[in-house]
Formats: sequence, C-alpha cells, structure tokens
Amino acid sequence: MHHTTYVRAGSTDDAVARMADGGQLLAGGMTLIPTMKQRLASPETLVDLAGCGLAGIEDEGDSIRIGAMTRHADVAGSDLVQTAVPALAALAGGIGDRQVRNRGTIGGSVANNDPSACYPAAVLGLGGTVHTNKRDIAADDFFTGMFETALDEDEMITAVSFPKTGKAAYVKFPNPASRYAMVGVFVASGADGTRLAVTGAGSDGVFRHADMEAALDASFSADSLDGIAVDADEMISDIHASGDYRAHLVREIAKRAVAAC
Amino acid sequence: MTMVNLTLNGKQVSADVPDNTLLVTFIRETMGLTGTHVGCDTSQCGACVVHVDGESQKSCTMLAAAAEGASVTTIEGIANGDSLHPMQQAFHENHGLQCGFCTPGMVMSAIELVQDNPNPSEAEIREGLEGNICRCTGYHNIVKSVQAGAKMMGG
Repeated sequence: MHHTTYVRAGSTDDAVARMADGGQLLAGGMTLIPTMKQRLASPETLVDLAGCGLAGIEDEGDSIRIGAMTRHADVAGSDLVQTAVPALAALAGGIGDRQVRNRGTIGGSVANNDPSACYPAAVLGLGGTVHTNKRDIAADDFFTGMFETALDEDEMITAVSFPKTGKAAYVKFPNPASRYAMVGVFVASGADGTRLAVTGAGSDGVFRHADMEAALDASFSADSLDGIAVDADEMISDIHASGDYRAHLVREIAKRAVAAC
Repeated sequence: MTMVNLTLNGKQVSADVPDNTLLVTFIRETMGLTGTHVGCDTSQCGACVVHVDGESQKSCTMLAAAAEGASVTTIEGIANGDSLHPMQQAFHENHGLQCGFCTPGMVMSAIELVQDNPNPSEAEIREGLEGNICRCTGYHNIVKSVQAGAKMMGG
C-alpha cells in the first residue's frame, strides 16, 4: 500500500472540510482498503468517518432513516428494519461475509455504487432517499452510472431513508467466490406501484426495468414476467458470465424475487 | 506516523507506526504475534480474523490507526494458560485442520459465531464461515469441530 495520511474527522462538517482539501473519505473500508492494497487507489489523505456520529437507525413514521456509518450487521439485526422493511434486513444480512457485515457500511456501499453491490438495488427498488450534507437526493436521481453517483465533489452521504414496505423481496445470484451479485433483483410493491431494480448485471450499474414493472403493475405474479425481453447488449459481460447469461438470469431472478414477496 | 494505543489480548500496547499500517501488520510485525495469518491480498481468505471489541474482523482490511482505543483479541489471547479455549480443543479433537494455515481465522470466526448463536445448525456454521477459506478444503471436519466447540462452550 502506498503511503497515506490518516485523519479522523470529528463531525460531518470536519469531514467535508478535509474532503475539500483533497481527503478521501473512509467509511468501513471494505472496498477502499483492498483497492489501496492492490495499489489501484493511492489517496494522500484518508478521512475516517467513524467518529462523526453517523451510525444509527431511526423510525420516522412512514419511513426509516439509516445513518451512513451504520454497518450491514446492524441493519440485518435491527428489530425496526426487520419489522418495517424485512427485505432490506435480509439483503443486509446477505452482503459479503460475516466480517464484511461487521465493518462495511450502507453509506460506503451506496456512495461507491459498485455495479455488483447489493444496497444500490434496495435504494432504487424501494425508491429511497439519499441524504447528504447539502440536500436530499431521490434514488432515481442518485445512481448515474457504474461507480458514479450524483454526489458533488464536496458532498457526502449522511443517511439513507427507506419507505416502510412489507411487500418486497431481494434475491441474489451470488458469485460463489466474492459473494457479490452476478445478478440481484429487488422488487417492491407499494402505494405508487411496483419498482424493480437490478444490480450486478447492467453495464451502467443498477437500473430499473420498466417493462417488468409495467407487467407486474398489471398482474403481480412471477408468470407475468414470462417473455419479457432483457437486452443482453446492456449487460456486463466478463469472465464470470456473458451478457446473454446475465440477461437470462435477470428475468429468472426477478421471477424468484416476485415469488418471494 | 501515527501513535496507536490499543489493548491487545488484555495488555495495553502502544506504538508509533506509519499511517498505512494494517492492523494485521501491527499485530504480526510490530507486536510480534504471528498466530494471526495473512493468506491472501484480496481480503477474501479470513486467515487474519481477529476480534475487535468482541466482533470478528479481517485485520488485513482495517488500518491499525482505526483500532485506536479498541480491545483486540488474537488467537494467542483465547487460551487460559495451558488450557486451550474450548473451540481450540474441539478443532484439536476433531482434526479440524489439514495444513493449519487457516485455523487461527477459523477459530476466531467460530468463537464469535457461537457467541451469537450458541447452538448453530450445520447450515448456519457453513454460512457463518463464508469469510474463511480453507485451501485444503477441509471444511467437513471444521464444521464438525465448530459443532463440538459449540457444545463445549455451553451451547
């Protein structure tokens, strides 16, 4: 690992100020530290957010608000999340492995927008809201491409909110080595209709599938998805799976997610 | 350089180390406790698992500086004098190892697993050890060891 300077931010304002000076924010580090070990990233300054008071889960009536530094294990084990959005608790409990869940955070995962990460599918599938030090960003406006988000250079996530949703499910086809999603589908049926978000597959990162949503709005059953086309040209194609295979998996996993609702 | 102060196996330790020092490097090289292993450089193998404030963590994927003030327990810190920890004893009795390289991480993960779930099923053990890779593929006896260890720990 290249040399770096480690600082611990004492507050969100402190972290943002240090980011303005070129600092790289460090949340759980479950992606950043391995990336630095591979020398694929070499930030001059690491700004640890552990002391910013951003961990915790709050009940806000129709929604729950999860602080950016809340770890996957804490979301998975939360009585509130298990009751309010059980599919979200289940998703968090299936991320990576036990040690990743003991350290990785929702804010880090969402900010990184890894095309194979699980959390972006929940944020987009549930129509969540990403809260930052500057504004609130709707999920539909947040994820802008592979590893890209609507976050400005001087902006950091402070929390993510999710509407309480009982009728939702996430099904993942994990890569057996990394546990990242080869394909993961989050489907939710709420007052505003059905939302279906796919991670792991799209070459632009997480995406909603409008045709599947329309079919499920007409009839919410797995059979409704039969015959719906998934464009293989828009899929990731790599050593783990071809675009054709991923396209097939998207429809199959979507059907399993609907059946699990 | 950063001054790191933490409790290692119940003992207060301090050292001034480069900021990019990983916790596992601090444990192995600065403190000379080589029971915690490094089996990969991609954070996947789990040979480096230690307990940080009672929770299992991959010590190769956190900075020593981030463990400031924490209580860290390694494989060297779990036995009671000459008496092995029940989980270590269970691995010994059930031959829960072949080459032994992954064992420290397996044992540390298994202890936390059983502390959370005193009577885990085979499936729960296999799921709970997903972050630990045994390159000898000796999983069968490892699972058997954890089942026995859970009983010996009082589950």
